[in-house]
Amino acid sequence: MNVKEYIESGILELYVAGQLSEDENLKVAEHASLYPDVQKEIIAIEASILALSKTAAPKMPLDFAKVYDKIKNLNSFKVVPLKENKTNWTSYMGWAASILLIIGGAYLYNQNEKLQSQIEVVEGQRINLEEQISDAKTSLAKSEDLLSTIRDKNITVIPLGGQEVSPTSYAKVYWNKKEEKLYIDAQGLPEPPDGMVYQVWSLKLNPLTPTSVGLLEDFIEDDNRIFNLTNANASEAFGITLEPAGGSKSPNLEQLYTLGVVSSS
Amino acid sequence: MQLEELITRFQQKDTFAFERLHSMYAENICGVINTIVKDDNLAEEICQDVFVKVWNNALSYNSSKGRFFTWIVNIARNAAIDVMRSKNYKNQKKNLSADYFVSILESKSEGEEKEVNTKGLHSLVSKLKEKCIQVIELLYFKGYTQKEVSEELDIPVGTVKTRNRSCISQLRENMQL
Repeated sequence: MNVKEYIESGILELYVAGQLSEDENLKVAEHASLYPDVQKEIIAIEASILALSKTAAPKMPLDFAKVYDKIKNLNSFKVVPLKENKTNWTSYMGWAASILLIIGGAYLYNQNEKLQSQIEVVEGQRINLEEQISDAKTSLAKSEDLLSTIRDKNITVIPLGGQEVSPTSYAKVYWNKKEEKLYIDAQGLPEPPDGMVYQVWSLKLNPLTPTSVGLLEDFIEDDNRIFNLTNANASEAFGITLEPAGGSKSPNLEQLYTLGVVSSS
Repeated sequence: MQLEELITRFQQKDTFAFERLHSMYAENICGVINTIVKDDNLAEEICQDVFVKVWNNALSYNSSKGRFFTWIVNIARNAAIDVMRSKNYKNQKKNLSADYFVSILESKSEGEEKEVNTKGLHSLVSKLKEKCIQVIELLYFKGYTQKEVSEELDIPVGTVKTRNRSCISQLRENMQL
């Protein structure tokens, strides 16, 4: 680039006057940084304009303090948006906190529901256990009752042996003559077929006279297979036959399962 | 401190750097404003606001805007013209050129003879040809484009650039005296 021509073109005067476009300004600044003569020329032109503009300056001291005060005031006003930002920030915090609270609340509600249902389950289990305990107590009481009954000195024990129909069957009769009570231990009898029931007979041997003492009802449902009956007869033997539901008036001897004679004491 | 460094610090909101820049340019900027409003008190008032604006817009300055002084002059000129318009001066941009700033200087020097520099400044201007004063004032202080200057002074556009160059040269010579 011919620096002299460039300077004499008058572009630098226009540059100082602010008459150039932004691109042209950047180009001039670049040339100024490359060529000291260009930079010197620009400064000289600016100096002349500075001198000339100074001649029109107001006849009074131009105190920076006044400008400074205005800047400070503006800055103190600018504190306001900062405060607004702070409130915004706290409001964001507020939102965040309330969202957390909702999430926390939902979590606790959920936990509470879970615990509630667990409590219900446990409560159910507790009731079951109580029932089991009460059943066990009842069962124990029954067993103790049974035991004391069997151990009673007035009890006569009559073993009933299996007969032709069912040789493996057996039963025991505990007979309290004084209280006229019979306890049949039917543990050794098979479950009766549907529509059939075991019937207990008191027998007189001479002549053979059977008298129905009662039915072993609900045989399958009864766990300990101990049945309570009443017997006021002067029995000499006991037999158990399988009869149609409801029982029969006279025993079907073909279906005689067990039989035993009362030993004379 | 170099001008570039001062400007950088000023852009970083260094008030000391800004004070230095203010002391460097306040008279010139206030002077440019006064060539438009022709009222010392009003010019001083506008000038303060211009420097506040300069401070607030510090970061918008870069070398694509030209010289730092040129950038401030632009802000100052616009501020002065805005005030003139808002005050219903009816002075359209072109009407602002009715008197040239020589009148300010002349009225000023009447009571200020004692000041050392005034006479020098006075001679600086008085030795300029009137056509030079016109071109320089329109281009530098009032922000006319070359085309607007050519219309205002009724000279070809091409002549504005060369006349401006020669007038500035003359002004620089006068400064040597």
